[in-house]
Amino acid sequence: MARTKDEAVGRRKFLKGAAAAATASIVGAEQVAGARQPLAHDHEHQAAPSDIALRVRALESVLVDKQIVDPTDLDALIDTYENKIGPRNGARVVAHAWVDSDYKARLLADATTAIAELGYEGSEGEHMMVVQNEAKVHNLVVCTLCSCYPWPTLGLPPIWYKSAGYRSQAVIDPRAVLREFDLELADDVEIRVWDSTAEIRYLVLPERPADTADMTEAELAEIVTRDSMIGVARIASPQAGGGA
Amino acid sequence: MNGIHDMGGMTGMGPIEQEPEEPVFHAEWERRVFALSMRIPIGRSFRFELEKIPAANYLCMSYYERWFKVLADAVLRNNLATSTELESGQANPSQLPPAPPQEATDESPKSEEAGVRVSPLFHPQQRVRARNLHARGHIRLPRYTRGKRGTVIRDHGIFDLQDTDENGQQLGKRKQHVYTVRFSARELWGTRAEMRDAVYVDLWEDYLEPV
Repeated sequence: MARTKDEAVGRRKFLKGAAAAATASIVGAEQVAGARQPLAHDHEHQAAPSDIALRVRALESVLVDKQIVDPTDLDALIDTYENKIGPRNGARVVAHAWVDSDYKARLLADATTAIAELGYEGSEGEHMMVVQNEAKVHNLVVCTLCSCYPWPTLGLPPIWYKSAGYRSQAVIDPRAVLREFDLELADDVEIRVWDSTAEIRYLVLPERPADTADMTEAELAEIVTRDSMIGVARIASPQAGGGA
Repeated sequence: MNGIHDMGGMTGMGPIEQEPEEPVFHAEWERRVFALSMRIPIGRSFRFELEKIPAANYLCMSYYERWFKVLADAVLRNNLATSTELESGQANPSQLPPAPPQEATDESPKSEEAGVRVSPLFHPQQRVRARNLHARGHIRLPRYTRGKRGTVIRDHGIFDLQDTDENGQQLGKRKQHVYTVRFSARELWGTRAEMRDAVYVDLWEDYLEPV
């Protein structure tokens, strides 16, 4: 993964030419302000690198040259968050709680320790709370002030979780938000919205669907979705979907 | 500060667009900004730096565009690089590499490990009111809770208060209990809200007063 010296030099030569056009906008938010809205799949399809791509490359290049950052270390960090940490971790926690009632009790009493038992801990997971969905109780997690999210169990948050629409509406109109996720809750279901304003991070323990009694823990982990652990979805019965 | 970041309860903030099979990062530069942000010490509250981005810009910028703005500002402010270097992408050879940076500052380690003992002012089941604070600096008391009454449901122990003044300087007594407070949806939003719904908010002791 480490860049060779030649690559680094090539990168700088590229920047020297390509950055010229973007020079004026390399620093300062004003230019960024006109940029596109968050759903930006267009980045990857652009013929030429965008302004911000050049500016980021320039900044990294300088800091690498000054030995302030090590590109191999950055690569490893990216690999961790892109490939190793993600909602599969949280799904294993949920599945384990479903099959082991002692573990579930520990998880609800002291989530940080119980989650660490399965090996998931670290940044943005130092102080965990697990909140349990029941027939008449539905939990929903948001961070209205920022985009706080339990990284070790769910990975980095999806764009919708970070969007102004979700952050603003989840606390005032959770039922309408859930309808956007095709989840309609009956009027007699109590909704508990958890606004992660301090250092505690929240994971929803979804209800185990009916007719899953024959499934193994590993099979159960496969049906647990990220959205169900944020609280914007329930887990469908695998029979209903024709699978498993 | 009463900034645009504090958006709980606002309307007209745009749709909630889901992206099926969303990748973790949408472009290589996002990967690099994420990793750089984990390694470059900002030297002050990362959150407050984000919040100070002018509202019109904040709303137009994507998540990692905001992070990059904070990162690039910190690099310049901390003299890790000059604007000329950031424009050219080349380190000035006459500038010696500065001392390696210390680990990126962790936002808030829980303080109990340090053996700190601070008695809690509140206890579970106690009725409390969120104080009507309108700070100029960083504060973790959402506007929609201010002046509202709720019930303490859990004491999470002692955490470092993250509040700052408008210059980003630490404010207040650092070691405080943090509580989860349950606010009924009707207390927050009036009769439009469902009777049984509630919002649970984690609040430092300084944000609360007894009812």
